[in-house]
Amino acid sequence: MSTMLKITGLWKSFAGFVAIQDVHFKLDAGETHAVIGPNGAGKTTFFDLITGRLRPDRGAVDFEGTELVGRAPERIVRLGIARSFQRINIYPRLSVFENVQVALIAHAGQHWNLFTPGRSLHHGETADLLRLVSLDEEAREVAGELSYGKQKQLELAIALAAQPRLLLLDEPTAGMSPQETADTIALIRDIVRARGLTLLFTEHDMSVVFGIAERISVLHHGEIIASGTPDAVRNDPEVKRVYLGEHTHV
Amino acid sequence: MLTRKLSTAAIVVVLVLALLPLAGSRYAIDLATQVLIYCLFALSLNVLIGYAGDVSFGHAAYFAIGGYACAILLTTYRWPLALALPASLVVAGIAAALIGYFCVRLTQTYFSMLALAFAMLVWGVAFKWKAVTGGDDGFTGILVPRLLDNPTRYFYFTLGSVAVGVALLWMICHSAFGLTLLAIRENTGRAGFIGVDTRKMRWAAFAVAGTFAGLAGALFGMYNRGMYIENAFWTESAQVLIMVLLGGIYSFVGPLIGAAVLYLLQVFTNQFTPYWPMVLGLILLAVVLVLPDGLVGLAKRVSGRASRA
Repeated sequence: MSTMLKITGLWKSFAGFVAIQDVHFKLDAGETHAVIGPNGAGKTTFFDLITGRLRPDRGAVDFEGTELVGRAPERIVRLGIARSFQRINIYPRLSVFENVQVALIAHAGQHWNLFTPGRSLHHGETADLLRLVSLDEEAREVAGELSYGKQKQLELAIALAAQPRLLLLDEPTAGMSPQETADTIALIRDIVRARGLTLLFTEHDMSVVFGIAERISVLHHGEIIASGTPDAVRNDPEVKRVYLGEHTHV
Repeated sequence: MLTRKLSTAAIVVVLVLALLPLAGSRYAIDLATQVLIYCLFALSLNVLIGYAGDVSFGHAAYFAIGGYACAILLTTYRWPLALALPASLVVAGIAAALIGYFCVRLTQTYFSMLALAFAMLVWGVAFKWKAVTGGDDGFTGILVPRLLDNPTRYFYFTLGSVAVGVALLWMICHSAFGLTLLAIRENTGRAGFIGVDTRKMRWAAFAVAGTFAGLAGALFGMYNRGMYIENAFWTESAQVLIMVLLGGIYSFVGPLIGAAVLYLLQVFTNQFTPYWPMVLGLILLAVVLVLPDGLVGLAKRVSGRASRA
């Protein structure tokens, strides 16, 4: 498999606090890779650095031969990287349908069109995406009034509307009930498989991580302390010590 | 379905207004002309507030620029109206694009304050550049074409211009561009992550809003045969902002209703008391405390309750 994302010597600090330090990371095309670590380990900062929300102090982020550092998020999305967020990040007063439709309009570069009615565009594709994430019945509802789990599903649909090749999901099941978690994980697995996506995700639920990840990297105090297959990470003594616990069975 | 209903309502409103001169009241014609101008002015501001999510405290600047530009071109340079009016829109649009370029680099309160600062700069230029603008004496004696030198004919000209302006703004606000602006208003950060350059979009919205405010200003100047520095003052920006808030920012028609209600209320109040600013303050208080979605929001809530009962 070819390398899709290559991160070299990445550093980021906030007012003296080092959030990410000297991270080296590789992601192959088609891989499902989890980044785990305790709260405050730097997982979200790591995602923010890849997707252009934050600019690193040092280091390089190479996506299929294109340097991402210094690029704005909207330019990075156009290269084929989409993401979801740990906290719900939708358009709360728009309808569920419009949330996805506007993402499709932006992806098609039609957002500068002053003459075509916005609501007439991408009807079929919007409906397909909503069906994919099981939100077709809620299409006309106000997005902010959906349940937490459904808002997370909507976020996934918004990310998929960008037709990414690399999908970054930041805690996709955070705050969900066990049933919602199981459904969401099954959904993500199906989508990744059906669309041939490369998936990089963070997750606090270890059963989810070890259930779907092909490779796992462990962040601790902004450093990657281990990276490898689920079995290798599970048996890594340093990982056990700082994160999983000596007696954890997952 | 909703669009068809609104289109029908819009046609009915235009037809009713077109019949107004038949009533024979000069006062009603004058009042309707002014209300129409303020409706367009308020609607233009709502492109920024209700769609892009940028609250401008300095929108009167573009109203004044459009008004002064049209006045100067018609009177000082004796341009025909067919050239002067479009040129004044271009001038207002370019001014808005120039000022907006800096304003959209900021957000929220800082955006609002910078927009206000630029508007006060425009006011300062109008005040000090006496040779061109007439300074604090105002630019009076605007030469309006003979064809429009009659209240009824000018009313029809205003009605036509405002109808075209409202139709264009309707199209823009309901276009793919307008829907994307709504996404920016709702969640600017997220809009960036779907591939939208939010700053450029907000900049374009600023220019669009300024252009249509310029049209309102040009119509105002010709109606009054004069432009005055007060037209660029912050109180004018505040008044149109209150019109928008009163009508409701989350609806296209809200600012039209807000402008009509507030303007008529002002005329009515001035017959009884010179303390209109105090009344305006009370209205603002009521909007903020009781009508966060404006009159349109209130109407929706009431009709929602009625349909549930």
